Amino acid sequence: MTTTLKAPAQDERLLHRSPARRLMGRPELGSIVGAAAVFVFFSLVAEPFLRASSLSTVLYASSTIGIMAVPVALLMIGGEFDLSAGVMVVSSALISSMFSYQMTANTWVGVGVSLLVTLAIGAFNGFLLTRTKLPSFIITLGTFFMLTGLNLGFTKLIDGTVSTKSIADMEGFDSARTLFASHLTIGGVDIQITILWWIVLVAVATWVLLRTRVGNWIFAVGGNADAARAVGVPVTKTKIGLYMGVAFAAWVSGQHLLFSYDAIQSGDGVGNEFLYIIAAAVGGCLMTGGFGSAIGAAVGAFIFGMASKGIVYAQWNPDWYKFFLGAMLLLATLLNAWVRKRAEAQA
Amino acid sequence: MLVAVLGASLAGCSSTGGKRAEDERLARTAGGKAAVNTPRWTFAMVTHSGDGDTFWDIVQNGAQQAAAKDNIKFVYGHDEEASRQSQLVQSYIDQKVDGLIVSLAKPNAMKDVVAKAEKAGIPVITVNSGAEESKAFGALSHIGQDETVAGEAVGEELNKRGRKKALCVLHEQGNVGHEQRCDGAKKTFKGDLQKLYVEGTNMPDVQSSIESKLQADPSIDAVVTLGAPFAPTAVKAAEQAGSKAEIDTFDLNAQVATGLKDGSLGFAVDQQPYLQGYEAVDLLWLYKYNADMLGGGKPVLTGPQVITKKDAAALQDYTKRGTR
Repeated sequence: MTTTLKAPAQDERLLHRSPARRLMGRPELGSIVGAAAVFVFFSLVAEPFLRASSLSTVLYASSTIGIMAVPVALLMIGGEFDLSAGVMVVSSALISSMFSYQMTANTWVGVGVSLLVTLAIGAFNGFLLTRTKLPSFIITLGTFFMLTGLNLGFTKLIDGTVSTKSIADMEGFDSARTLFASHLTIGGVDIQITILWWIVLVAVATWVLLRTRVGNWIFAVGGNADAARAVGVPVTKTKIGLYMGVAFAAWVSGQHLLFSYDAIQSGDGVGNEFLYIIAAAVGGCLMTGGFGSAIGAAVGAFIFGMASKGIVYAQWNPDWYKFFLGAMLLLATLLNAWVRKRAEAQA
Repeated sequence: MLVAVLGASLAGCSSTGGKRAEDERLARTAGGKAAVNTPRWTFAMVTHSGDGDTFWDIVQNGAQQAAAKDNIKFVYGHDEEASRQSQLVQSYIDQKVDGLIVSLAKPNAMKDVVAKAEKAGIPVITVNSGAEESKAFGALSHIGQDETVAGEAVGEELNKRGRKKALCVLHEQGNVGHEQRCDGAKKTFKGDLQKLYVEGTNMPDVQSSIESKLQADPSIDAVVTLGAPFAPTAVKAAEQAGSKAEIDTFDLNAQVATGLKDGSLGFAVDQQPYLQGYEAVDLLWLYKYNADMLGGGKPVLTGPQVITKKDAAALQDYTKRGTR
């Protein structure tokens, strides 16, 4: 007993660390350095890149990925993947569009129904995962295919064609567009509303992760689910909650798609799930779970947005677009990993 | 919860747009009765379409209309991956269908299986892509638009409109037809034409990419998209970028017809997908019934048809019902 009483005084977790040291230990540090490098690079090679209007475009591109990357990062910290996230966005848009149209209802009714159904899909993913104990890769791959088929099947069945009818002339459209797809001018710079959604989601997720008990649960289930359960963490609830978080963001993104483009193509969204995972991984979330941050995922999305649009601003030969994009992401991630290793060695 | 949802939807009815407006518009409908008493042959169509492709949906509508009229049982399969497309064709040969319609987007992968159909005595008609290979592979005829010719029509139309610098937006990297369209436009266009690749399944990416290109080069005064769903997105991108560029497009849909009508779009080049489906089924029927073949061994062109503001109003209803 005496030894255990003495031990806390030497516990490394309780040692005072300088703010600089603490910063070095943050998961997003490396990605911020990577983002800075990509930013400086394109500022030098692409003349229009630094204009306010261009930065607003880059931020818009980043935000459409970033909104989804936030909950996907949380899910990855919790040790799981969601391959259905990309098509779920389109499902969510299709549901609100078709419900409003077929019922000739105010578009807000469709938006509400879509929220319920999308959350149910997320809960389904989480429930199936925790019940069957199968890897999330398999469960969400199944959902991915089912949603892809349902998107197409239902749209064709209900609308007769593969894209939805325009709902732009329906009641409630304008107010819903204001919330999901408008843009405002702040100090002469055009800001798409998705950028605000993105910032709010990052702030909420960061607060949850770092300041609440739920945040501890997420880190715990991602680190070691069995150990977490042994100390009383509600593993099942946490994981279902994380999947519902992804579903909520999919609903936000889906409504943005719908109110920005009026009509939705039922085959869209396939492949986007990887962009979200890439953003989270570039932002420092470990593929094995238990480590990462929402801010990191946001920076990851920003790196992706800068790289994909920067190549266009630089006016490089478009045949090499994908190669440049891949090389840029790889370099940013390598720099990220290198910085983190140095930081860990010093800390 | 269901009660709550239904209650909310009843309370929140929209007095504008929606299904009710459509029903009123579609008061009159045509029945699908056969006009001939030839045997009920089975024709299969296998295309390289991806899931949920608007264009191929219209092709199918055309084929089904002709099938209903010609007393044909029409079956349809599609796969964007060439090897799986050829497997699909093989499975229809195994089922001993009476006629085959295939698209040759990746001709080499389809060569063997088309030859097998010939050997099995199944007449083949190629549609949409593969005008060059169709005859060599032993198909009866080809029905479609020559992509290069369609591109050339775009270049000429841009000249007519006094455009100097155009952007060609490709939504699928590596699609041969897309490259041919842009190259065709480049050939006849007197100004400068640049290509831009975008991620077609990701609309916000399409928008932000076009936006950044227009910001990078404000002298661009025309944007040409290669598919109808991308035209309204390009309009948004130009607005966001503060660009005065005219937006033009290949293919047609309801949104494009509306855009042409209200002047947000310049022109559309249509290859009339409905005709490709309709003619393919009808020509197979004519061949089986009367050994007829249209076009004298040459491809039958379904486009390009340049559509501008003055045609748009007339086409709007047809786009809404999915046949234009």
